[in-house]
Amino acid sequence: MIKINIDGRELEVKENITVLQAARVANIDIPTLCFLKEINAAGDCRMCVVEIEGRRGLVPSCNTMVEDGMVIRTNTPQINETRKIILDLILSSHNRTCLTCVRNGNCELQTLAQKFGMAEIEYPGQEVEPHIDDLSPSIVRDASKCIMCKRCVAMCKNIQKVSAIDVAGRGFKSHISTANEASLNDVNCTNCGQCIQACPTGALREKETIDDVWLKLKDPDSYVVVQTAPAVRVALGEEFGMKIGTNVTGKMVSALKRLGFDKVFDTNTGADITIMEEAHEFIERIKENDVLPMITSCSPGWIKYIEMNYPELLPHLSTCKSPHQMFGALVKTYFAKKEKIDPKKIYMVSVMPCVAKKFESQRPEMKNEGLRDVDNVITTRELARMIKQAGIEFADLEDAQFDDPMGEATGAAAIFGTTGGVMEAALRTAQDVLTGQDLPKIEFEAVRGGNGIKRATVNIAGKDLKVVAASGLANAQKIMEEIKSGKADYQFVEIMACPGGCIMGGGQPIKSSKTRREVDVRKLRADALYSIDEKSTIRKSHENPAVKKIYEEFLEEPGSYRAHKLLHTHYKERDKYKID
Amino acid sequence: MKTLEEINKIREQKRKELDLRVNLKAGTKEKHILVCRGTGCTSSKSPKIIENFKNILKEKNVENVRVIQTGCFGLCAKGPIVIIRPEDTFYAMVTPDDCEEIINTHIIEGKKVERLLCKDVDGTLVDRLDELNFYKKQERIALKNCGVIDPENIDEYIAFDGYKALEKVLTSMTPDEVIQEVTDSGLRGRGGAGFPTGKKWMFAKMAKGDQKYVVCNADEGDPGAFMDRSILEGDPHCIIEAMMIAGYAIGANKGYIYVRAEYPIAVQRFQKAIEQAKEYGILGTNIFGTDFEFDLAIRLGAGAFVCGEETALLESIEGRRGQPRLKPPFPANAGLWQKPTLINNVETYANITKIILNGAKWYSSIGTETSKGTKVFALGGNVVNIGLVEVPMGTTLREIVFDIGGGIPDGKEFKAAQTGGPSGGCIPAEHLDTPIDYESLSAIGSMMGSGGLIVMDNTKCMVNLAKFYLGFTVDESCGKCTPCRIGTQRMLEILERITEGNGETEDISKLEKLAHTIKNASVCGLGQTAPNPVLSTLKYFKDEYVAHIEDKKCPAGECKALANVEINPELCKGCGICKRQCPVNAISGEVKQPHKINPEICIKCGACVDKCPFKAISK
Repeated sequence: MIKINIDGRELEVKENITVLQAARVANIDIPTLCFLKEINAAGDCRMCVVEIEGRRGLVPSCNTMVEDGMVIRTNTPQINETRKIILDLILSSHNRTCLTCVRNGNCELQTLAQKFGMAEIEYPGQEVEPHIDDLSPSIVRDASKCIMCKRCVAMCKNIQKVSAIDVAGRGFKSHISTANEASLNDVNCTNCGQCIQACPTGALREKETIDDVWLKLKDPDSYVVVQTAPAVRVALGEEFGMKIGTNVTGKMVSALKRLGFDKVFDTNTGADITIMEEAHEFIERIKENDVLPMITSCSPGWIKYIEMNYPELLPHLSTCKSPHQMFGALVKTYFAKKEKIDPKKIYMVSVMPCVAKKFESQRPEMKNEGLRDVDNVITTRELARMIKQAGIEFADLEDAQFDDPMGEATGAAAIFGTTGGVMEAALRTAQDVLTGQDLPKIEFEAVRGGNGIKRATVNIAGKDLKVVAASGLANAQKIMEEIKSGKADYQFVEIMACPGGCIMGGGQPIKSSKTRREVDVRKLRADALYSIDEKSTIRKSHENPAVKKIYEEFLEEPGSYRAHKLLHTHYKERDKYKID
Repeated sequence: MKTLEEINKIREQKRKELDLRVNLKAGTKEKHILVCRGTGCTSSKSPKIIENFKNILKEKNVENVRVIQTGCFGLCAKGPIVIIRPEDTFYAMVTPDDCEEIINTHIIEGKKVERLLCKDVDGTLVDRLDELNFYKKQERIALKNCGVIDPENIDEYIAFDGYKALEKVLTSMTPDEVIQEVTDSGLRGRGGAGFPTGKKWMFAKMAKGDQKYVVCNADEGDPGAFMDRSILEGDPHCIIEAMMIAGYAIGANKGYIYVRAEYPIAVQRFQKAIEQAKEYGILGTNIFGTDFEFDLAIRLGAGAFVCGEETALLESIEGRRGQPRLKPPFPANAGLWQKPTLINNVETYANITKIILNGAKWYSSIGTETSKGTKVFALGGNVVNIGLVEVPMGTTLREIVFDIGGGIPDGKEFKAAQTGGPSGGCIPAEHLDTPIDYESLSAIGSMMGSGGLIVMDNTKCMVNLAKFYLGFTVDESCGKCTPCRIGTQRMLEILERITEGNGETEDISKLEKLAHTIKNASVCGLGQTAPNPVLSTLKYFKDEYVAHIEDKKCPAGECKALANVEINPELCKGCGICKRQCPVNAISGEVKQPHKINPEICIKCGACVDKCPFKAISK
C-alpha cells in the first residue's frame, strides 16, 4: 500500500493502480471518454486530466500510475474549465442529431454533456462530414458521430488482432478508416461487432433489420417463427433496467408471443443438436484418424476470420453449421412437414447476441432447396427496441414457455453462450457416447472462467484428451499459430470470436465504460448461464427428449445423409480485401 | 578495413594536402575551386557549374586545380557560391556560364572577376569570405567543416580531425568520463527544448537493458529551418562519429538516424558516409582494435512534422503511425522497441566531437551562464542576408538581424522576428537587444526552438502571421488528442474570421482561453506549443487584433479582405502605370486625368500600390 493525497484527503491505496482507479477508491468519479477498461487507456480524449504536483501541465488519470506521496487534484476550477472546453470541442464537431440517434439515452458523450450542463457550444466551427458506410450486412459506420476516441481501433487491433479499422489522415481531418477507405464489407472485417461494443456514441451500430420483422408479423400469409440464442436471455433484461446477469427467459418468451410470432422456439434446442452432430463428428475423426484437432464452428466472426487468415487450417473446422442455422433448417423441413406448413411461407427470425450472424445467415451455403435457413437475424438490442416499440412493460411480464415441439433444451445448450461452454457440452456427450454410460461427472471447471485461453487435459473414457477453449480473435490467432507450427497437440479446440463468448457478443446490450470499469459484465452474464445449467433437470444434449424425437422421426442418427444435407456446411478461402 | 595507424597516416598526409582550405598562406601550387552543393545552390544549378569547371579545366589543360563540391557556406541568398582557395575569393550568384570567365581571369590570369565578387550590405565589394559582415560575428563549431570539405570524401573528413574524437574516447576515456565531459560542457539539446545533453546521456547509461539504441533526430520540420539538413549535407561523418561516441558512452551498439525523405541530398550523402565508414572499419566490430562495435542505419520519414517529436519518431521507426507516446516512461528507459534509447538532434551531435577534442572547459567558455556554446539559426524572411548563421549563445537579436543579416531590405522597418517556428513566438523591436539563450527567449514568450529565425518588416500583419502558423499546426497535428485536433482548428477558424473582417469582440478572450487549454491539456510538445504564435502576437500586438475586430482594418495592410485600395485624385497624375499593372483591369481613367479603381473588380493584390510613382494609391 502507498500513501497518496487526492483533493486534500490522505489515502492509502494499492500500488500499481492508476490515478483514475485511486480516485474511485476515494469516491471520486473522474469523467472519461476514450478510456475502456483493459482495452484502451491511451489518454487521448483528455477528459480525465488531473493535476499532479510536480508534473507539468495536466496529466491523464487513466494511464498515470499512482506513486507514493503523490498529491493529486481532480477538481480545481482550471481542471473543470479544461474538461468543459474539451467537451465543447468534441461536441462542436459532432453530429448532434441526438434525438434520432440509435444511442440516444445510452451515449457516453450525451451523459457527459448532461453532467457538465453544456447549454451551448462555445466554439462552433467546421463539423465532421457525414459519411455513412452501411454496405456491411452487420455493421454500420457513421463518421459524423465519431469522436475519435479510438476505442474501436484498440478493440479491433489489439484485442481482436484483426485491424480492419485504424486512424487515417491527420489533425482535424483524421478519421477512422479501413484499407483504401473501402467499405467494411470489402475489407478484412470479421463482423464480430466488438467495435460497436467499444463505441461510446452512435458512430458504430448494428445494421438494423427490425422493419422487415414488423412487416412479416403483419403479413397474414407469413408464418413467422422466432428462435432465441442462449446468451440473449441473460442480457435482454438490462435493456429494461434490470440487473446485469438477470435471467429473463420467461419474460422474453412472453414478450415474443405478444409481439405476434407464430412460434417461439429456443436456439438451445439447436445447440443440443449441434452437440449431437459435433460430438459424433469428433468421435469419427478420432476413430478414423482424421484431421485433428477439430475446431468448433459456431461463431460466424471466427469462421470469417479463419477463412481469411488461415485457409490452410479450414479442414480442422467442424463441418457443423452454427446452432441457429441448424435450427432454421429443421424448422423449414422437419417442423414444416410435421405441422403441414408450406416452408416457403415460414419466415425464420433469429434473435442473437451477435452481428456476425447477420452475415452468416446470408452466406450462400446457408440454404436448403432454395430457402434460407434463417431469413432475418436481429440482435438482443433490436429485440429490446421491438418490445419497447410495442409498448410492452417487459419487467412486469408473466413468464411463458417456449413452444413445442422444438422448445425443449438442456443445461448443456445454455452454456453455449459463454467461452468454454460448447467444449463442456460436447465433452458431456462425448464421454457418455464413448463409454456407453451415463457418467455423473459433467462439470469441467478447467474450461470455465474468463481467461482468454483455457488449456486442459480431460480424461474421457479412460483416454486423456488435450483441449483448449479460446475467446477473442487475438487468442484464436495464438492457437492457430500453435497448430500451424505443429506445436499443438490438442484434439479439440473451441473458438469464439468475442472475448468471453456470445454473452459479450457484438449484438448484446452496450455497457458504458463506467459500468465496465465497476462490474465484471462477462462474469455476471456467464454466472447466469451456469445457473440455468445447474437448475436444469437435463444437462446433457443427447438426453434432450425433443432432440431424440427429431432424430427418431426425421434425422435418423447423427451424421446421417439428411443430417449432413441440412446441418453441415463447408468453408472457403476468402480474400481479405475486395479488389475491383 | 583500415587500422588505426593507417587512419592516422591518412590524416597526416591529407591534412598537409588540404592545408590550403583553411590557410590563406598555404604554400602549395594547387588551387581548389570549392562549389557549394547544398540543396539551395544545387537547385540553382551548382552541379552544372562543377561540370563546366571540370570540362573547361580539362580542355585548357590547366593543372594543379581541383574542383571540389562542399556543403553549405551559409550565405544562401548569394548562391550559387564559388570559393577559390587558398586566396579565399568569394564569388556570388555564379551561373554555369560564368565558369569560363572565372577560369580564364582568375585561375589563368590571376585576376579577380570583379563583377562576380560579393557586394556587402554597404555596397563595398568584398573579395574574401571572412571579410563579409555576414561572417564576422559568427563562430562556426557545428558548421565547422561545412563549406570546407568534400562531404562525400571520408579522407577529407579525417584530415580535419575526423574520427580523432572517437579514437580518443575509445582508447583513453571511460564511458563515465565521456558523459562527464559532455555534462561539463553545458551542451543542451538543440532540437528546441534545451534539455542538458549530458544528463540525457547519463539517464540512458543508467537505464537497464540488454540492448540500447542511439537515435539521431533529423526530422527537421520547422518552416524555414534547414541547419540540420545543411550539417548532414556538408559534414555527415561528424554525426556518425558523435553517434558512435554516444553509443560508447551509454552502452549501445546500434544507431538509427531518422531523416525526412524530402532531404534527398542529405540522405544520399549520409548513406555514402555510412558505407565509407564501414569500408574503413570505423563502423562495425572491434572498432580501432577495441571491443566496441557499432552499426548505423537510416530510416526515412514521410514528412510529418509530428515525427520530430521524439516518441512519435520512435513509433515511426518501428513502422507505426507517427503519434506521440505517453511520457513517462521517457525514451531513455523505454524507447525504440521499449529498449533504453538516447535521442539527440543533429545539431546537438554536431557539437560532440569538438567538445571531446577541445574539452568541456573550452566549450563552456563560449555562450552565456545557462546556455553554452553556439547556436545555428536559419535566418529568413525580410532580411538582406538570408542563410545559415552560427553565433555564440548570448548574441543579441539585433546583432543577428542587423550586423549579420544586413538589416531589412527596401528601406523598411523591423517589426518582429519569429523564433522557434510554429512552436515559438514573435519578438518585437523592443526586445531586439535580448541576448539569445534558452531562458531569455522563453522569458519574452518565445523559444529557442530548432533555430528558425524569420524576420518581418512593417508590412507584415501579426494576426496573419499567427494564422499562418496555426494553419501549419492544423495541417500537421497528428489528431491523437482532442485539444490539438479540434482546438487548433477552432483557433484557426477564429483567426480566419478576424482577418476576413468578421471578428467579434469576444474572439480575443475566446482565443486566449482556448490557447491555455490546448497548452495545458495536449499530449505532446506539438499541441503544448501550438498556441504560442497566437499568445505572443496577442502579447505584443494586441492593438492589431483590436484594429481588425473593432475597426475592420489591417494596420499592416496585408489582410486583403480588410484592404480598401483607393487612388487619391489629388496626387494621381494620370500616368496610367497602375492601369497597365492591374492584373484584372479594375482601373480606368483617361491619360493625365485622375484614375479610378472599380472596387467590385479589384482583388486587392496591391500591385498598383507598389508601382505608383506618385504614391497616390493607398491600401
